[in-house]
Amino acid sequence: MKLVIKNENGTAVATLSGELDHHNAKELRAELDRFIVTAQPRELAIDFGSITFMDSSGIGLIMGRSKLMKECGGRLEVLNPQPYIRRVMKLAGIERIVKIR
Amino acid sequence: MEILNEIKFKMPSLSVNEATARAVVSSFLIQSDPTVEELSDIRTAVSEAVTNAVVHGYRHRRGNIELTVRLLPNREVYIRIKDKGCGIADIEQAMEPLFTTAPEEERSGLGFSVMQSFMDKLIVKSVPEKGTTVTMRKRLSEHGA
Repeated sequence: MKLVIKNENGTAVATLSGELDHHNAKELRAELDRFIVTAQPRELAIDFGSITFMDSSGIGLIMGRSKLMKECGGRLEVLNPQPYIRRVMKLAGIERIVKIR
Repeated sequence: MEILNEIKFKMPSLSVNEATARAVVSSFLIQSDPTVEELSDIRTAVSEAVTNAVVHGYRHRRGNIELTVRLLPNREVYIRIKDKGCGIADIEQAMEPLFTTAPEEERSGLGFSVMQSFMDKLIVKSVPEKGTTVTMRKRLSEHGA
């Protein structure tokens, strides 16, 4: 699991790669939260394009970050989920909470 | 039950073994040439069941998780994930979408919903203090085989 965050003028993109499961989610969540709290971006997009696997642990990760972004006055987006990852997101109704592009 | 091929795999309830279980199932199923989507459905369902055993079954201790994968006639895949953990007192409630007993770990409560929608059949048997057994089946398509 790898995370690269680019932040320009309050618009940040966090690119994830590898497999996103319960084992990996914990560390990822801590890193993203540290970034959100310290950098306070207005917009954070999490790019799922290079994620090769995701189960419902990813849903918890998105919902938790969306909540934190809102609390910090910002907004979360999800980018490029592959079709089978989109199915897990759809099952969770995540598109009602965050924008998927 | 006529079994064409079978593996049994036992692992301690370490979260790193969620990925191990997925890899084991994928390797075994190569012989059946599943579609990318079928394999991804099965891997996701297995990941959910093993994660449940790690997070809930053995919440405060470590124990073993047993994974059984069988190939049955008519391209049916049978998967059983068994733990000897704390068990589930109310299975019906546990299977409700969004119900979770671990919100502090950001568990979304969707594990069983994912297993149910990605597999053809799901059976959950559990006895409090004895453990939980999840059995799932999925029939693979006949694509080009």
